[in-house]
Amino acid sequence: MSEMTVEPGQGGARTRALVAAGIGRRYRAERRFRLFGLVAIVSALVFMALLFASIIGKGYTAFVQTEIRLPISYDVAVIDPDGVRDAAEMRRANYGKLYRDGIQSLFPTVESRNDRRLLNGLVSSGATFEIRDAVISSPDLIGKKAEIWVPASDDVDMLVKGRVDRNEPEGTRRVTDKEIAWVDALQKDGRLESRFNWRFFTQGDSREPELAGIWGAVAGSFLTMLVTLVLSFPLGVATAVYLEEFAPKNRWTDVIEVNINNLAAIPSIVFGLLGLAVFLQFFGLPRSAPLVGGLVLTLMTLPTIIIAARVSLKSVPPSIREAALGLGASKMQMVTNDVLPLAMPGILTGTIIGMGRALGETAPLLMIGMVAFIVDIPHGFTDPATALPVQIYIWADSAERAFVERTSAAIMVLLAFLIVMNAAAVILRSRFERRW
Amino acid sequence: MKRTLAVAALATVAFAGAAEARDQIRIVGSSTVFPFASKVVEQYGKTTSFKTPVIESTGSGGGFKLFCAGVGVDHPDITNASRAIKSSEVETCAKNGVNKITEITIGFDGIVVADAKNGPTFNVSRKDLYLALAKTVPDPKGGDKLVPNPYKTWKDVNASLPANEIEVLGPPPTSGTRDAFTELVMDAGCAEFPALKALSKSDPKAFQAACQGIREDGAYIEAGENDTLIVNKLVENTKALGIFGYSFLDQNADKIKGAHIDGVAPTFENISSGKYPVSRPLFFYVKGEHVGVIPGIKEYVAEFTSEAAIGADGYLPQIGLIPLTADKLKAAKDAGKALPTNVK
Repeated sequence: MSEMTVEPGQGGARTRALVAAGIGRRYRAERRFRLFGLVAIVSALVFMALLFASIIGKGYTAFVQTEIRLPISYDVAVIDPDGVRDAAEMRRANYGKLYRDGIQSLFPTVESRNDRRLLNGLVSSGATFEIRDAVISSPDLIGKKAEIWVPASDDVDMLVKGRVDRNEPEGTRRVTDKEIAWVDALQKDGRLESRFNWRFFTQGDSREPELAGIWGAVAGSFLTMLVTLVLSFPLGVATAVYLEEFAPKNRWTDVIEVNINNLAAIPSIVFGLLGLAVFLQFFGLPRSAPLVGGLVLTLMTLPTIIIAARVSLKSVPPSIREAALGLGASKMQMVTNDVLPLAMPGILTGTIIGMGRALGETAPLLMIGMVAFIVDIPHGFTDPATALPVQIYIWADSAERAFVERTSAAIMVLLAFLIVMNAAAVILRSRFERRW
Repeated sequence: MKRTLAVAALATVAFAGAAEARDQIRIVGSSTVFPFASKVVEQYGKTTSFKTPVIESTGSGGGFKLFCAGVGVDHPDITNASRAIKSSEVETCAKNGVNKITEITIGFDGIVVADAKNGPTFNVSRKDLYLALAKTVPDPKGGDKLVPNPYKTWKDVNASLPANEIEVLGPPPTSGTRDAFTELVMDAGCAEFPALKALSKSDPKAFQAACQGIREDGAYIEAGENDTLIVNKLVENTKALGIFGYSFLDQNADKIKGAHIDGVAPTFENISSGKYPVSRPLFFYVKGEHVGVIPGIKEYVAEFTSEAAIGADGYLPQIGLIPLTADKLKAAKDAGKALPTNVK
């Protein structure tokens, strides 16, 4: 306390001297701190840019697919030998022969059996089913000749997209010299083109990269998220409102609060195990169903929503509540008419962020059988389904090179969904949030 | 409380709607067979009037666990495996009422040791691989005592190999590929030492302990189940070797090359003829109790065992399955038709 009693002038000089001596150090410390912050942000941005560049660089080519225009003669003898136009009978016809005849008619000089097989291999085996579907949907094609675009095989696709090195010696290349010559000839005739890959957005999974699509996974994710939203939003908000507005503050509510906070930090695989034990083994719900996936993800998302909702309810000033009660509103009316609407932007933001996290989860789905190869598009909550991140995982683990670009393209689709959801959260917050 | 009750109520409502009979085949099992089986499933779904079956990749062990858990719509109909069913698993099956099991061999898978295409050429024996990767090896100074693996470079192991540090990326212990590698390479390499070979007869447990441990000092890197990742890492690091299934070598021959093992190159022909020492059969198992109850099982098995699928020119060999020899193929087709109970 001795400084306090010293004369002001003297003490001031001393303080000034002390400040002057330290000021350089303090400024340096501040500059260092700002530099660290800047470096942290810049490196985060650089890594994000690298991530995006790598994903987009690998994936953008998946949005186009190499297709071949084949002349097909829809031979009555092959499709409908009895001439009765029976749909079931027509589905079983040998459509593979039609496309093989088509490609061979373009290269009549190819005769040996092995070369012909190689030539047939330029076209995806999926051509069989596309020709079949064309015939079933318009039976007047039968007996006529027409040109049809069918997908090329994944090796041809990779060649056209420059992912197969033509300078590589033939022995270690996926595509032989003969095949390259045929592809070049087709390209010169205008029979080979890169066209928009609609299959990628409309088909389910496939072992053939050129036929594989994400629609099955998107539909599965949508159904799962719908179940999660419908269950977790009302439950989460109701829990938060009760705990915040009605529940007495005693040891029990403290215990519940601590438990909810702990649940938010539990690794997601644990929820998967819980789902396996409770929903599958105890309730006997079907495996791989979006219903069960949604239930498991609800358990995972609930704590996030409850915590976010409680924080937003807390941030509504007490004066609003008091005013409502003072005007004669019941507690229920106060909550539903005044407090909840004001807290809603924050609650919705928390919900969207929780849903975003749930959308990207694979671990809990592993235990309940949603990590699976599923071709059919799910139409209901108990149909077997998979989810977008699972689809990415399955493709990333496939040997065919063409799945690399599809993996990246699926990541782009998932990221697009997440960005849209987060943007919605940001917009909701900035539009409707009220500051006091 | 409210929350739990509501969830329970909803689950019960849903349960009532979902417990009806299943009209779709459910398949579980090996991740090695998964790409082949999923191709068959797709073909089957597109060419028959049945629903496309659902396949989960659970690993061979996980597949048997689910498969043997019981009979009924909640349990899978078929499990794929990259190893034969164990007697303990047959017992579990029997305990849960699964008695009619048909085993069908569909082909072979080669396990390759590969490195980047511009890396050094490796021509290793199984003994070299054992010495390079085992946790404990016979003392290099002589004697039968086991010592912690002292080898740092391939040259230390065998003077004819390059002087690169030992760095091998391979599957984790949960993988069927790892099981097969342990059995086909480590055990075989180990048995080249007379003292250890004697041990395998007198005390199989001690033999396993001595031979099957993989070193944990950083020379063997567990790279997860993702073989694509291993291939990419090999391209980055030309001195490293990787262990994975043949189909990844087949698809990436422009990036990586397979090491010769005991002087035999990992080619399609060598694996198929049995010359290449590190190959294993692949199977699937059908639950006889479900045949005729779940629609389409017979037809699915017929598709899988058809010439068009697993024959030498079939669509599975095109994506890397090593086809069966003619007599085994015939046996598989016959088993596929009759579905005999051949696992006891």
